[in-house]
Amino acid sequence: MTTTPLWEVFIRPRNGLSHKHVGSIHAADEVMAVQAARDVYTRRGEGTSIWVVRSADIVASDPDQAGENFEPTADKIYRHPTFYEIPEDVGHM
Amino acid sequence: MSIHEALLELADDHLVLGHRIGEWCGHAPMLEEDLAMPNMALDLIGSARTLYDHAGKLEGKGQSEDDLAYLRGEREYRNCLLVERPNEDFAHTMLRSLYFAAFMRPFWLKTLETSGDETVRGVAGKAEKEMAYHIRHAGEWVIRLGDGTEESAARMRDAVAALHIYTDELFESSPAAHEAEAAGMLPVRAEMRDAWDEVIGQVFAEAMLEAPDVPYPQTGGRKGLHGEGLGHLLAEMQSLHRAHPGATW
Repeated sequence: MTTTPLWEVFIRPRNGLSHKHVGSIHAADEVMAVQAARDVYTRRGEGTSIWVVRSADIVASDPDQAGENFEPTADKIYRHPTFYEIPEDVGHM
Repeated sequence: MSIHEALLELADDHLVLGHRIGEWCGHAPMLEEDLAMPNMALDLIGSARTLYDHAGKLEGKGQSEDDLAYLRGEREYRNCLLVERPNEDFAHTMLRSLYFAAFMRPFWLKTLETSGDETVRGVAGKAEKEMAYHIRHAGEWVIRLGDGTEESAARMRDAVAALHIYTDELFESSPAAHEAEAAGMLPVRAEMRDAWDEVIGQVFAEAMLEAPDVPYPQTGGRKGLHGEGLGHLLAEMQSLHRAHPGATW
């Protein structure tokens, strides 16, 4: 089964929440991938919706560029929502 | 002959097939199927448990689900022959599940519509969705193996040749089943034929398979006449309970 493609699995736990990456599975094609994701990752009622995408189709950032990508944000604390006071009427954010 | 025996037949079908599919646990060719197999097995065993419990209560002799599952011998088991057939390979295993689920899905849907027994309707409501998934999962494998490589196609054709002869028994009603049908507890098994033919026809067309003519269908399971494999299956399944009666964990 070494040629069986790898797929990344995303599960939406409840309506209103986003799909979240939960892991990966092997499957021959997209139909089998959704079934395998269902059988591996939703056995305990974890999901209401499944996305799968071929791992090879994901474009990732280069770890060598982590410094230039992510460090410049470290001193910009004013971008965090905690910087502002949230009116009580807004409720839970 | 009594009506609870019709439930025993159903329960035995589910327990025996559940056990067979469970035999793949730890042996499947890939992790994904190693989880999918026990998932399907547990669906079946879950239905079997409720059916045994209900059958025991209807019989009224104080037999629990464990008594019925673990303390009856081969000749007392009433499952159809299809479900006890050995796993062999993935082609046999998936085709056996497809044949069974393609029968049980319409059977449970009809039960939901017409059964006067609340417990049986409860099983049907849950199992109908499970069987829909088993049809999909097993069906997709049958299609991929049948329309796959030279070897997978040959194995799929071998599985059809080996198992198709056991499918007619699915549509037969024993005297106990006739009684349950007349009482409005269970639907008439023969009426599932069109729905079954449709599912199998669709899958086989995509899988490049042909359903063979079966001049001599194999039956007898409902009378307790089984292949030699069932004795081995029961010996393994029942050994712990027989060695340690009433064991729980």
